[in-house]
Parts: sequence; C-alpha cells; structure tokens
Amino acid sequence: MTSRVLAYGEQAVIVEVDSLAEVLALHRLLWVHERAPGLVDAVTGARTLLLVCDAPSALAGIRSRAHAALRELAAMPGHAERADHASGDRSPDNESPEDVVEVEVRYDGPDLAEVAALTGLTVDEVVGAHTGRLWQVGFAGFAPGFAYLVDGDPRLAVPRRATPRTSVPAGAVGLAGAFSGIYPRASPGGWQLIGHTDMALWDLDRDPPALLQPGLRVRFVALEDHQ
Amino acid sequence: MRAGDHAAYARLEVVAAGPLTLVEDLGRPGLAALGVGPSGAADRGSFALGARLLGQPTDRAALEVHHGGLTLRAHGSVTMTLTGAPAPTTVDGTAVGYAAPFLVRDGSVLQVGRPTSGLRTYVSVRGGIDVPVVLGSRSYDTLSGIGPRPLEDGDVLAVGQPLGEPIVDVAPVAPPASGLVTLELTRGPRGDWLADLTALTDTPWQVDARSDRVGVRLDGAALTRAAGFEGLELPSEGLVQGAVQLPADGRPVLFLADHPVTGGYPVVAVLSSRSVDAAAQLVAGQAVRLRQVSSRS
Repeated sequence: MTSRVLAYGEQAVIVEVDSLAEVLALHRLLWVHERAPGLVDAVTGARTLLLVCDAPSALAGIRSRAHAALRELAAMPGHAERADHASGDRSPDNESPEDVVEVEVRYDGPDLAEVAALTGLTVDEVVGAHTGRLWQVGFAGFAPGFAYLVDGDPRLAVPRRATPRTSVPAGAVGLAGAFSGIYPRASPGGWQLIGHTDMALWDLDRDPPALLQPGLRVRFVALEDHQ
Repeated sequence: MRAGDHAAYARLEVVAAGPLTLVEDLGRPGLAALGVGPSGAADRGSFALGARLLGQPTDRAALEVHHGGLTLRAHGSVTMTLTGAPAPTTVDGTAVGYAAPFLVRDGSVLQVGRPTSGLRTYVSVRGGIDVPVVLGSRSYDTLSGIGPRPLEDGDVLAVGQPLGEPIVDVAPVAPPASGLVTLELTRGPRGDWLADLTALTDTPWQVDARSDRVGVRLDGAALTRAAGFEGLELPSEGLVQGAVQLPADGRPVLFLADHPVTGGYPVVAVLSSRSVDAAAQLVAGQAVRLRQVSSRS
C-alpha cells in the first residue's frame, strides 16, 4: 500500500491511498468509529480522505492520527485482497443485510440505447449488468444525497454526454465513467440516463436525510414496464 | 410571514430585502457524508466580531447583506451592530456607527446603504435571528438550497431571547479594502499539477462577475498545467473553504462557504483563513494578487 499525507492549508490534511476501499476503511477508523479531538469533518473522495480541523492548533494531532490509522490499515490481515474487492472489513459472503439498500428502477432512460451502443451490449444486457452486481457508495458530492456508486460491472464504463442536459429529473439513474449515480433532485447533468426510481434519495424529514451514505451498498432491482 | 413564533422576544419586519440578504451563522460542518457542505457566513471573522460586539455566542444567526439595500422595521426594541463591508446606515434617518452596538427602538426603521468598500455587511442582532434550524444550522446554503430561503420584502423575522450583555463600545477594525487586495496562500495538495506555482502569484488577477458564495472566480492570463498533467483527470476529492482550484480553463477559483463537498479539478493552493474572509469581501472587477507564504505545519 502506498500512501501520502498532503498539506491542505491551515486546517486540513488530505490522505491519499491506492483505492476507494482503503479510503472507506480510513473513514471508518477516523470518523465513523471514533473522532479525534478537533476533527470537524472527514470527506471521502475516490482515492483520498480529507480531514478538516476546527483550528490550526488541532492539525498536528490530526496528522499523527492519520499516520497511525494508515499503519493500522497496513497491518490488517488480508489488506491487499480486500482492497482489490473494495469490500472493507466484511467479506461478500457474510455481509450484513442492513448495509444493502435495494433501489427499484424502471429502465426507461433516454440514453439506454446510446449506452448499449457505447458498450457493445444489448439493452437487456445493460440492465442485467447494472442489476447484476452490488454497487458500493464511494463518496458524496454534487448535491445533497448524491452518491457516487462504484464497483459496478466494468463493461458499463461510458463517457459523460458531450453536451450536458440543462435539466435532469429527480430520481434519474445515470452512468458516467465507472460510476453510477441517482439524481436526488432536478438539476442540470451530464450523466448517461438509463432509468429512474421513485425512491426519495434526499428527505430532510428523515434521519439521516440521505438514503445513500459512504460504506453502504446498493442493489438495483429492475421493475417491469407493466408494474 | 416566516416566523409564527408568538414567543419571539422581538420581530424584524423586512421592508426591503435588497439585492440578496441571507440568514447565516457558522454553518453545518461535519455532514460531508450526506453530500452537504459547511455553508455559513462567508466572512467568518466579521460575523464573529458582530457576535463579540453584542456579547453573545456565535451560534446566534445574523443577516449577511450583499450590496446593501436592506430596510428593516423593529417590532420591539433590539440592539444591533454592523460588521464586514462598511455601509452608510441610518436608524430613522440618523447615521449609526460601524462595528459599534446601537439600539433600534420599537417602530424604528434601519436602512443599510450600499457599502463604500467590500461586498457583505453583517447585521447582527442581540438574541440572533431565530429561524428554524435545518441540520444543525440556520444558514442558507446557496448551492444546495438547504436552510432559510433568501429574505423577501414583507418577511417578518423573529429575534431570539438575548443572552449576555454588549460590553464593547466599538471595535477598531480595518474595513475591507476597495483597491488591490493581496491574498495569502500556501501550496495545495495538487500544487505539482501547475507548471509553475509562481505563475499563480505573478499574474495580476481580476474578480470575475460570476463570483458568488460558492467561489470567487479570477480572470487573467490562463495558467498551464505541468508537463505530464495535461489532459489528466483527477479523481474527485474533498474541498475546503479557501481551496484554490484550477479548472480546465486555467483560471483559478477561490472556494467560499457554499463550495461543493468534492471536486474533480486540482487544488493547487489554499488560502489562509484570514484571506478567505478577505476573498469573501471582493467585488466584481476588483484587482487581486496572490502571495505565497510558508506553511506552518
């Protein structure tokens, strides 16, 4: 495992590792399980964990916590194998069902045929590939409740649309690069849209308001047209 | 009416909301996992000074007034103070001071004019603006739309129960500069993506009119990426206030309070927190220089 702790101004450092699995493992160690004094947020990225402090005086302590967590991570048995499978500290056969969110999708997106053409798959094969694997929530961004989903079928990697749409409806399910994602609310967007869900990705009256959070997994379930 | 709270200590009637007036406090940090950014007052130093002048904790929300233009009528007597961008302000036509608490009596009218320098004037009220808390904060996040919407003419704002006593008569603070502003920065995590960091500090920049609470866009000669980094895509990573991002067009963006949680362009430098406050007071067309200082960590 190669890792770096990079300076990020007076009140933050960013930890860079090899894989999203390691990012999520660090996130669990430094934020979910226990929070170091002075740490106000931990932001997961594709290869990085940003650690934000409440004051410049807390930075040295957070930096040593980051190094300690990296040592702990490197010492975990089976570390490399887990990194390859991006499955954190649970193996696929004994994952807890509460960590899996099922999202029902009607595969009727305007870019479904385009995605099929780009991937060389049939439309049915695209749907099969999208529903056939457990995706993992990697990191948030773009809008409240928007989650970048990773670990999908590699055949589904497609470029963004050359021209973004000025309006994508809430619940639209899209693909971009190796990611899948669901628009929590109507917004402009450049992802290839393959379907839509009626589930609320973001609801301020729910705790937590975001349906999908880092570490959770997602299983897409195809709804039939007549349903 | 936006405040139905009959127990309100006092109320402020919004006679004129001005171009953009928002309720802000210190924001809602710690929610990146939900995709929610920190938001809060863009110029945190000025916001905190307002709280200090009123002798109250910084968890009380204030009004962030962009370009002035705010007129309020008090229902009940309230103590207020102005910090941030100095704007000629009157109570019933009589001028009031800057960075000094003053009383607005029941029925009196406060008028905030256009700032003589800077962009954002903070109108802090003893007791705080009492709007409903959303995810731990009363701040409006212009990027996500979370929190109380911008003020509109005719709104009525509740004022919270005062806590503490004003103990400072006036604070000797330097208001935001109207001419050239120099911002201090340190090398960022992706400083190596820039061919030459001194190009960032040698270039004269101007504030682009598209700047907002998300970020200040700088206009000037486009910067080029280092050899080997042209056309590369950076995997998305976390952002902070003050992150200096270099988008594809080569013109830096200085992120402010309503920045997105993550971004896919390299952060080549990071502003000092004092310079983040100064950046939040820049107006369109203003001249900016960036200066590298040594990192303390």
